Amino acid sequence: MSQIKVLFFASLREQMGTGEIDLDAENLTELFAQIEIRLGAEARQALQADNIRIAVNQDLIDREVALNEGDEVAFLPPVTGG
Amino acid sequence: MHRSVIIQTQDFDAAKLVQTIRLQHGAQIGALVTFTGLVREQNLVTGDPSAVAALTLEHYPGMTERSIDKIIDEAQSRWDLLDVCVLHRVGTLEPSEQIVFVAVASAHRDTAFAAAEFVMDYLKTRAVFWKREQTEAGTHWVESAEADHKRAQQWKIDR
Repeated sequence: MSQIKVLFFASLREQMGTGEIDLDAENLTELFAQIEIRLGAEARQALQADNIRIAVNQDLIDREVALNEGDEVAFLPPVTGG
Repeated sequence: MHRSVIIQTQDFDAAKLVQTIRLQHGAQIGALVTFTGLVREQNLVTGDPSAVAALTLEHYPGMTERSIDKIIDEAQSRWDLLDVCVLHRVGTLEPSEQIVFVAVASAHRDTAFAAAEFVMDYLKTRAVFWKREQTEAGTHWVESAEADHKRAQQWKIDR
């Protein structure tokens, strides 16, 4: 199994009660399963909402991907700057 | 084209940033458009009538800079520009404080005006920042306004 650094930002960090956890997963599907075990089904649902974007090593992804040891997976709620 | 992308907690001196751009390019510049965004007292978007006591900005170091770089790349592909500077503050800010600065230098004013507006429109909707407003009624996370999305869509890019 590969150890993955998982980051939650802004409202998601508050909702998850943490900004960062380490999980073992080989792909996103496994990662979501691990998140459910660690943080609960409600947390998993919140992270899979339509308006939440996922970045792997700071690149946005929109489909299942394989994960490698040391990868960083970030969950991003809707952004706004300016 | 020269560019600078700066994320910092401390305040900035717009005049110094302008001076840096002028020194870099000298008499090539015919137009230098700057925009400074301030923390407004009331959020007109959510309609929350209570005054904003503080605004806290969060970012994702690395990815935030890259998201701004992509916006500048797009501006550069559309207009002939000499310099683009984006400075964005993070951390906790109070009303009337400076929050963002955009400067665009080019040979002619039409391109400088257009590119500065373009960069701001996309900072509102694409740059990786999150804002939490603290008001008398409590705290809440701010989402980009529908009006900002419409403005950004006017530029017709979708990526």
